[in-house]
Amino acid sequence: MSTDTETQEGAQSEDWFASAKKIYPMATHGLFRRIKWTLLFITLGIYYFLPFIRYDRGPNAPDQAVLIDMEAKRAYFFFIEIWPQEVYYLTGLLIIAAVALFLMNAVAGRIWCGYLCPQTVWTDLFLWVERKVEGDRRERIALDKDPWTFGKVRKRATKHFFWLMIAWWTGGAWVLYFNDAPTLVWQLLTFQAPMVAYIWIAILTTTTYLLAGFMREQVCIYMCPWPRIQAALTDEKALNVTYRWDRGEPRGSLKQNKKLAAEGLPAGDCIDCYQCFQVCPTGVDIRKGMQLDCIQCGLCIDACDNIMTKIGKPTGLIAYDTDENIERRIEGKEPVYEIVRVRTVIYAAIIALVGAIMLFTLLNRDFSDISVLHDRNPVFVEQSDGTVRNGYTVRLANKRRHDRSFMLHVEGMPPNTLVEAVGVEATFAGRPIVSVGPDTTREVRVLVTSPPWVKMPHSTPVTFRITESVMGEVVTANDTFKAPGTP
Amino acid sequence: MSDTHNKEVDQISGVETTGHEWDGLKELNNPLPKWWLYLFYVTIVWAVIYWVLYPSWPLISSYTSGVLGANQRLEAIQAYDDGVAGRSEFADKIVAASLDDIAADQELLQFALANGQAAFGDNCAPCHGSGGTGAEGYPNLQDDTWLWGGTLDDIHTTLLYGIRSGNDDARIGEMPAFGRDELLSREEVSQVSNFVASRAGLETDDGVDLAAGQTLYVDNCAACHGENLEGIQELGAPSLNSANYLYGKSLEAIKAQVNNPRNGVMPAWVDRLDPATIKSLTVYVHSFGGGQ
Repeated sequence: MSTDTETQEGAQSEDWFASAKKIYPMATHGLFRRIKWTLLFITLGIYYFLPFIRYDRGPNAPDQAVLIDMEAKRAYFFFIEIWPQEVYYLTGLLIIAAVALFLMNAVAGRIWCGYLCPQTVWTDLFLWVERKVEGDRRERIALDKDPWTFGKVRKRATKHFFWLMIAWWTGGAWVLYFNDAPTLVWQLLTFQAPMVAYIWIAILTTTTYLLAGFMREQVCIYMCPWPRIQAALTDEKALNVTYRWDRGEPRGSLKQNKKLAAEGLPAGDCIDCYQCFQVCPTGVDIRKGMQLDCIQCGLCIDACDNIMTKIGKPTGLIAYDTDENIERRIEGKEPVYEIVRVRTVIYAAIIALVGAIMLFTLLNRDFSDISVLHDRNPVFVEQSDGTVRNGYTVRLANKRRHDRSFMLHVEGMPPNTLVEAVGVEATFAGRPIVSVGPDTTREVRVLVTSPPWVKMPHSTPVTFRITESVMGEVVTANDTFKAPGTP
Repeated sequence: MSDTHNKEVDQISGVETTGHEWDGLKELNNPLPKWWLYLFYVTIVWAVIYWVLYPSWPLISSYTSGVLGANQRLEAIQAYDDGVAGRSEFADKIVAASLDDIAADQELLQFALANGQAAFGDNCAPCHGSGGTGAEGYPNLQDDTWLWGGTLDDIHTTLLYGIRSGNDDARIGEMPAFGRDELLSREEVSQVSNFVASRAGLETDDGVDLAAGQTLYVDNCAACHGENLEGIQELGAPSLNSANYLYGKSLEAIKAQVNNPRNGVMPAWVDRLDPATIKSLTVYVHSFGGGQ
């Protein structure tokens, strides 16, 4: 390969590819930093310790407040118990979650990303570890350039050890939601836990370690679809982290701007100290305006406010504000903040509606259930005495935590119709009494025989009605009774 | 790899060419990405390791079996054995329990019905139909007409030893071939068939002496089929009043049966299925609803 080819190729690849610049976010303090710490404590506290909260459900039931029991096919959340066929509650939760994200966006852009997103929260935690071990921005930049001395190895090893511990704990907490937590912790420690638990811990440890330790802002910029979607969800009235260039420009060093101001020339409040850029977890210079990479975390606001306080200028050079307000201030009008507007009201209404529907269905759900399946082969049986028999597979569900029995009645058939349930002896007035164990289902074969001397039509709609013997709870299912003949 | 003398670089793209040329078109040499190549090498290494560990290369009459000794056939047999072992807990209970106990116990009943359904599809459906509805010559197990009785015990016995199966305990009932063996004349066969048809509510031939047919019936048929055509279950003689005839309910079918009867065979399952499965089948067939 000739040299000029190499230079040509080299030049091209530099044009085409840029390797990601490593960013070294600096520590800051202030209102938004405090909010972020608080939310981090609350969310991680919930995540790590929720499985250990006990909730008594009586005997023969798990006493874990939040549990997804795959084996028994049940999900528990405090006083709520969800069966697999009620998984639509999850749909409701997802709808609420989605609309809540829309609402956040309409109010203040990507605040989800800045404050509550797991990626942000764990990255924040990992950064905190990094700062504790390696020091702040300046020390970390220096450390990266240092040769590999014993001290550097020790720092790096310490950092990765703590990262891995946090990541491992994160994966570990995840599996506790799927099994009785104290039992599982003991099993994990004594290597008796099921293999699937270890696999999940391994997967989530790896992902936490990689995403929060190494990829960080790359996830927000390149992997996550949310930045693309939010462009369609935010508008000119949404509060975004905004550099108020009307006040800040023209920027210049403190000295220069003071000099300009003394001469009566225009001078902005921005002293070009780059603090806002240095604290930014995604490496954004917010003074360039709204960008895809900005996650609305407000750390630059804290950093800038600290500087403004030091130089005796009013705070709020960078603030949660709207583009509209900058225009208004230039025109000399008062800024407006419209949190309540059509868009936010509609989102809030949708959340309220879905929440209300979910609450209503939850409070009014039946604690028993019936499903009926008509025999397909044969559809009906003609008996020697001229009667017609239909077979059905009926499944009864008892969602209470104690034995219950149900009286089965088939409506829509002529009088003296015979209803039998295979394996069920007990009857009341000719109606089978089917007992079902606690929190389980029972399948019985039900035979319905038309009375003698009654010519049944080709198809008769019938209703299977079960009545719970104590509470009188009634559940029905519809089916048909078939007989010879043409429709 | 190639000689470095005549490297030609394409002016437009700055990429060297392979030296191949077709009608003035030159092929550029853009090598594959490194990661792609290395991944390819990894797959080659993977394949070689696989050959060593697992069965891979076919030989003339065998194959290289690999050092891990993996064998899918053995795995399948093992899986089958595991399945049998997994069922054994219930199967043992089923063998130990009486038929009535199985029908009364919720857990055992569920297992027996599921097990019976599977076994029925494998062993019984070819004759009796997948729903147990039978066909001409093959009894319907869904209705309430039973040649040999429809109690749990009756069904169990039939399943174990079969009907005319050659088993020592098999139930045997033979209808004589009245026409073929010339026990009755052609005219007498017609008379008795018409008599039965008339009692069973079928159309009869014109000008047939039904009274003679009745006399013939009492002399020749009543011993098995009963005075009132009600059939005798102990002999496997069907009721002739029933709505359901095994070999078809028509005058022609009755004549054919009197003339040269068909005597169907049900195999004995005692040596072919394990006791738990036979019991499960009994409960399953009884649960069709026709059981007595």
